[in-house]
Amino acid sequence: MSHVKMQGSIVVVGVGPAGIAAAWAAAEAGGDVLMVDNGAAAGGQIWRGGKALDRLSTKWLRRLERAKGIRRVGALVVSAEADRKLLLAETAEGGSVGVRYEKLILATGARERFLPFAGWTLPGVVGAGGLQALVKSGLDVRGKRVVLAGSGPLLLAVADLLREREATVVLIAEQARMAAIMRFGMKLASAPAKLIQAVVLKARLATVPYLTGCWVERAEGAERLKSVMLNQGGRRWRVECDYLGTGFGLIPNMELAGLLGCETGPGGVVVDARQRTSVEGVYCAGEAAGIGGVDKSLAEGEIAGWAAAGQEDTARALEGVRAKQLGFAAALGEAFGLREELKGLVTAETVVCRCEDVRMGALEGMEDWREAKLQTRCGMGRCQGRVCGGALEFLKGWTPAVVKPPVFPARVATMVAEDEV
Amino acid sequence: MNAPDIIVVGAGIVGAACALELARGGARVSVYDRGIVAGGASAAGMGHVCVMDDSEAQFQLTRYSLELWAEMSPEMPAAAEHVYCGTLWVAADEEEMAEARRKAEFYLPRGTPAELLDEKQLAAAEPNLRKGLAGGLLLPADSVLYQPAVAWWMLNEAKKLGATVHVNQPVESIEDDGLHMGDGTVVAAGRVVNAAGAWAARLTRNTPVKPKKGHLMITERAAEFVRHEVIELGYIKSAHSGATEAVAFNVAPRPAGQVLIGSCRQLGVWDAAIDRKILNKMLRRAIEYMPGLAGLRGIRSWTGFRAATEDSLPLIGPCEGYERVWLATGHEGLGITTATGTAKVLAAQMLGRECGIPVAPYLPSRRVAGHG
Ligand SMILES: Cc1cc2nc3c(=O)[nH]c(=O)nc-3n(C[C@H](O)[C@H](O)[C@H](O)COP(=O)(O)OP(=O)(O)OC[C@H]3O[C@@H](n4cnc5c(N)ncnc54)[C@H](O)[C@@H]3O)c2cc1C
Ligand SMILES: Cc1cc2nc3c(=O)[nH]c(=O)nc-3n(C[C@H](O)[C@H](O)[C@H](O)COP(=O)(O)OP(=O)(O)OC[C@H]3O[C@@H](n4cnc5c(N)ncnc54)[C@H](O)[C@@H]3O)c2cc1C
Repeated sequence: MSHVKMQGSIVVVGVGPAGIAAAWAAAEAGGDVLMVDNGAAAGGQIWRGGKALDRLSTKWLRRLERAKGIRRVGALVVSAEADRKLLLAETAEGGSVGVRYEKLILATGARERFLPFAGWTLPGVVGAGGLQALVKSGLDVRGKRVVLAGSGPLLLAVADLLREREATVVLIAEQARMAAIMRFGMKLASAPAKLIQAVVLKARLATVPYLTGCWVERAEGAERLKSVMLNQGGRRWRVECDYLGTGFGLIPNMELAGLLGCETGPGGVVVDARQRTSVEGVYCAGEAAGIGGVDKSLAEGEIAGWAAAGQEDTARALEGVRAKQLGFAAALGEAFGLREELKGLVTAETVVCRCEDVRMGALEGMEDWREAKLQTRCGMGRCQGRVCGGALEFLKGWTPAVVKPPVFPARVATMVAEDEV
Repeated sequence: MNAPDIIVVGAGIVGAACALELARGGARVSVYDRGIVAGGASAAGMGHVCVMDDSEAQFQLTRYSLELWAEMSPEMPAAAEHVYCGTLWVAADEEEMAEARRKAEFYLPRGTPAELLDEKQLAAAEPNLRKGLAGGLLLPADSVLYQPAVAWWMLNEAKKLGATVHVNQPVESIEDDGLHMGDGTVVAAGRVVNAAGAWAARLTRNTPVKPKKGHLMITERAAEFVRHEVIELGYIKSAHSGATEAVAFNVAPRPAGQVLIGSCRQLGVWDAAIDRKILNKMLRRAIEYMPGLAGLRGIRSWTGFRAATEDSLPLIGPCEGYERVWLATGHEGLGITTATGTAKVLAAQMLGRECGIPVAPYLPSRRVAGHG
C-alpha cells in the first residue's frame, strides 16, 4: 500500500465551516495551507453534499475554491505526535499519509450524543444527523413516516430536510421544557441573523407538531421499528412510524486534541481568545472547541487562521463577533440541557455499548469509566466509546479515559508508516 | 472493629490471588489499592498463562501455577475467558530450532507436554505465519485468560469469606504498624503484604524491583487469524540480552477474534505515554513474522509496567528489615501466570501451611548471584 509524505506550514484538520474559514484566512495571510479531511466533499456536517445551499455556504465554499495556496488531501487522521509536529492519516483505499506541520488547526467538529432507551438498537432507529446524512446521500424517504426525538436545534434542521424530500415528519419530540426554549428565543433576539433563521424554519415546519418536554420512552417492533411510545409530562401514547431519528445534542470531537496533549474540558478543547490550545502551535476552532453552531465555527475558524498565520490584529478584530457567538452557545447549552428524567429511560436490560453488547446492569458497581471498560468491555469495541461514552457521561457522570493512538481504527501498516514520515 | 490479620496492598492479579488464598486459609483480610481493581500491570498484560524454563525455580513456579489454574478454572466465571489455546514457540532458523529441541528435552522428562513441529506442521498450525520458518514448539497445556475479570472474581470470592476491599486509597508507605496513608492516618494490621507490583519499591525498603515498561496493541476482530499464543524463540535472545530495550514478535487471539500484538521491554522507564518509536518497532517485528497483520486495523494501544528483579524471579516472603511486612512482587512478565503459585507460596509461609513446591528460591532474603 502506498505511503505519501506531505507538509504544510499551516495544516487544518476538518473541512467543515470552521476548517474552511481557518484555511481561507490563513491563505489570505499568505500561508501555505494543507487541509486534511476524511469527507469527500468540503462542507463538514452542515454543508455536506447539500443541494439547496444557502448564501452563507455558497460564499464560503466559493472562497475555499478560489483561495490560492490551499491544498487538500482526503484522509482520516488516526494519530499525531506533538513533539515531532506530525500527523498520520489513512485514505479510504488504505494508503497512509504522513503530514508535517508548523502550525496545526484542529477543526474536527462534533458528533451526536445518543442516549439509550428500550428498543434504541432496532433497525429503523437512527441518529437524527445520521438520517440527515443518509437522505443527503440518496436515501429515498418519500412517503415515509418519521419521528424525530431528542434535543436541540438539529432536530429542526433535519425535519426541514425531510419535509423537503417529501417524508412525513409525524412529530418532533424535544425533551427540553417550553419555558427554557422561550428564554432561549428571547436571547436570540439579540442575534438577529439567528432569529430570522429560526423564524423561517418555524414557518416551514408549521405543519409539524413540535412537542416540548416530550421524549420517546420505547421504540417498538419485532425485526424493525413499527412504533414509538411517547411520554409528555406523564401522558403516554403510541405513534406508528418507519424511522425514528434521535439525537440529544452534540459532543465535541476532542480525541485528536487529547492525543496531542491539549487540555480539554467537558464542553470542548480549551482555547484562548486566539483559539490557541495549551499545546504550542496547535489551535482549535468550531464545534470541537465548544458546541455553538455554524456562525461560531466560522468566526473561530477565521480567528484561528489569521492567528496561526501571524496576523494578530486581524484576528483581534473578530473578538466581538466571537464573544457574541460564545454567548449564543452558552444560551443554547442552557436551553437544551438534558433533563434528569431521561436517566430513567435506561433499565438494567438496556444495551449501552453496541459494539461489545454491554447492558446497563453490567455497569452496576463500577467505580469509573476505566473500571467499566476493563471489567465489562464497555467502550472497548470498534468505536472505542465514541457512542456509549457520550451516554455514560450523562448517565453516570463518567469522564472519558486518556486517549491512546490510534484515534480511529487504522491499519497496522499505517501505524508503522509513521517511521517513514 | 478489630484490625484485620493481614492487609494486602495492591489489587492486581497477584494481590487478588494472595487475598483469596489467605482468606481461604482463614485469615481476616483487607485489600487496599490506590486506584481500581486490576488497574496496574494487570490491566495491561496479555493474559498468557505459560510454563517457562529460564531456571529450574522459574519452571517449578510456572508449572505449579498452571496446575492451580487448571483447578480453579471450573470455578471461574465466563468473563475470565480462560481458553487453552496453547503456546506456539516459533523458530526462525536452525539455531532457534535447536533451542526448541532443548526446550522439548527439558519439558518432556518433567511431565510437561511439548510437541516439536517442522516447517510444514508450523504452517498448518498458524497459516498466517510467513513461509520459510524453520519450525516450532507447541506447548498445549498453556492458556490465555482475561486477568482483569479474574482479579475481580478473586476479590469477590475473598469478600464472601469476609475480606474487605478498599479502592482509591493511596498508601504512602508500609511500616510494621500498618499502612501510612497519604492523609497522615495509619491503618493498623497484624501483618501487611506489599503486592504493589512495579511500585512496590516506593512502599517498603529492601524491595529491589525496577519497572520494565511494555506496549501492546489490539486489532479489530479478525476471526481465526491467530489460533495460539505465538512467540518467536528469538525472544530468548532479545529478552535476556541484558539490553535495556527489546522487542519480540508475540501475538495472541482474544476469544472474540481480536488479535493482541506484543511485545517489548524497556527497563527503568516510568513514562506511561505511548512511545511511538518502540511501538512501531514492535509492530514491524510482528509484520515480519505475520505479514497479514499489516492489513488488520489496530483499534488501540496501551502500556504497562512489569516489576523486574535482578534474577527474574519474584520476591515472595518476609521483607528484610521489617517484623511484619511481606512481599509478593517482582513477577516481571509472568505475574498473571504465577499469581496462583505466588499465593500458595505466600500463604504457606504466612499461615504455616503446606506448599506444593519449595519456597526458598523466591524468598526476598535470597542472595542473587553476583549481587552480594
Ligand atoms: C450529524 C450532525 C449533523 C448536523 N447537521 C446540522 C445542520 O443541519 N444544521 C446546522 O446548523 N448544524 C448542524 N450540525 C452542527 C454542525 O456541527 C455545525 O453547524 C457546523 O457544521 C460545525 O462546523 P465545524 O467546522 O466545527 O465542524 P464539522 O462541520 O463537523 O466539520 C468537522 C470535519 O472534520 C472532519 N474530521 C473530524 N475528525 C477528523 C479526523 N480525525 N481526520 C480527518 N478529518 C476529521 C469531519 O469529517 C468533518 O468533515 C450537525 C452536527 C452533526 C454532528
Ligand atoms: C505489556 C505487558 C504484557 C504482559 N503479558 C503477560 C502475560 O501474557 N502473561 C503473564 O503472566 N504476565 C504478563 N505480564 C506481566 C503481568 O501483567 C504482571 O506481572 C502482573 O500483572 C503483575 O500483577 P501485580 O498484581 O503484581 O501488579 P499490578 O497489576 O501492577 O498491581 C499492583 C497494584 O498496586 C497498586 N498500587 C501501587 N502503588 C500503590 C500505593 N502507593 N498505594 C496503594 N496501591 C498501590 C496499583 O494501583 C496496582 O493496582 C505483562 C505485562 C505487561 C506490561
